[in-house]
Amino acid sequence: METLKRTPLFEEHRKCGGKIVPFAGWEMPVQYSGLIDEHITVRTKAGLFDVSHMGEIWVKGKDALKLVQKVSSNDATKLAYGQIHYAGLLTEKGTFVDDMLVHKIEDNFYLLVVNASNVDKDFAFIKKNAEGMEVNVVNKSDEIAQIAIQGPLSVEIMPQFVKGADIAALKYYWFTYGEVLGEKCLIARTGYTGEDGFEVYLSPAKAPELWNALLEKGTPMGLKPAGLGARDTLRLEACMTLYGNDIDDTTTTLEADLGWITKLDKPDDFNGKAILLEQKAKGVSKKLVAFELLEAGIPRHEMACFHEGAKVGHVTSGTMAPFVKKALGMAYLPIGLCEAGKEFHVDIRGKMVKAKVVPKPFYKRPKK
Amino acid sequence: MIKYTKTHEWINVEGSKGTIGISDFAQKELGDIVFVEAPVVGDQVKAGTQMGTVESVKAVSELNCPASGKVVEVNGDLANSPQFVNEDPTGKGWIIRIEISNPAELDALMDDAAYQKYVAEHAH
Repeated sequence: METLKRTPLFEEHRKCGGKIVPFAGWEMPVQYSGLIDEHITVRTKAGLFDVSHMGEIWVKGKDALKLVQKVSSNDATKLAYGQIHYAGLLTEKGTFVDDMLVHKIEDNFYLLVVNASNVDKDFAFIKKNAEGMEVNVVNKSDEIAQIAIQGPLSVEIMPQFVKGADIAALKYYWFTYGEVLGEKCLIARTGYTGEDGFEVYLSPAKAPELWNALLEKGTPMGLKPAGLGARDTLRLEACMTLYGNDIDDTTTTLEADLGWITKLDKPDDFNGKAILLEQKAKGVSKKLVAFELLEAGIPRHEMACFHEGAKVGHVTSGTMAPFVKKALGMAYLPIGLCEAGKEFHVDIRGKMVKAKVVPKPFYKRPKK
Repeated sequence: MIKYTKTHEWINVEGSKGTIGISDFAQKELGDIVFVEAPVVGDQVKAGTQMGTVESVKAVSELNCPASGKVVEVNGDLANSPQFVNEDPTGKGWIIRIEISNPAELDALMDDAAYQKYVAEHAH
């Protein structure tokens, strides 16, 4: 039997009443006070997430940019120091090995943040792509813990703990270094909830101290610990894709409706370029859409989609969304059915339930 | 008299009728319940078979029938307030009421003490 890993915050989760479940090789908290309560708290106040299971890979050296450009769907030449973008880690078919956040630290130094379930696979894949290049690929995952604070109150709580950097002024998808509880940390204005917030990368030894300090300061303001359950429903309301559900090595970035991270005109050659160019020219045959149910039921991962009696696709993610209060999901459908307003059926345990394609996302945070 | 199944449903027997729901242990395991799909009045249900589903945000759980009979009433409040199953699983979170057709089946179910012991053993 595989031994499950524990993050440095495992004991903290127990103290907070977290319900621990196995996830991607880790023992992680799925919920504390309750999934719906945590979800609403993140949308209206702020939630604290342990995301130490995420993988961190350094790409460092003379050919760092060349390597990132080869494996990434996005164009890293467009990144300034301290800037971050979302990207697909591409197979030679233009499909996903994983999705990732690319951080430009220095000219020859990038930090890639990848999914916990894929760290080993990604690391091996990137190393293989680096053959013949002057570059070091280092898996730093075990040396880096990560705490995310997400929600409208994040900007009132987190900056109180950062010295030497004005993180309240940090733009979305930018990062900076600051001193947190005496340690130099990378603080990014990113997240996986559709809310404003920060992700703090720090040493495992320091993680419990920061977790407890944030809760002590934030609890009176409404901050609560939030688990993987709420993380999943929050990201789905925001139509952020989940590897293994919505995207994998059978779907291209264009099919995943992620044209905005598919920079076909970037200066360098990259994995899957020819296939993606052809797909772009001819148009994709299927696409990831957002939908809502028009009748009672809840769509779930892998349920089949039908149109005029024929199976046409499948649900990739689905739930009863706690904030928008709708039964909704994402699904791959043939291109002819992808327009908003098109109707189809989801097979919910043998019952055909009517659904309608809607524009993405289901939830967008209000502009300040 | 309240009795329990190994799949965590309860049935409260009053005369020839039995009210059915899921146990406190089951609702806690499932988390926030957002949808209950149950038979309708007039349906025949059979002991030990699936008669519906209880869904939380994250999971789908089978709702099994503790005893055979005919459905005489369903809890219509659950359509708009499925959270009643979390808040009061053996009270306002009841799911259906049946006319029991074979009372002898009830002997195979656990009483409260036996169920509490069963849960303690299975919940580690």
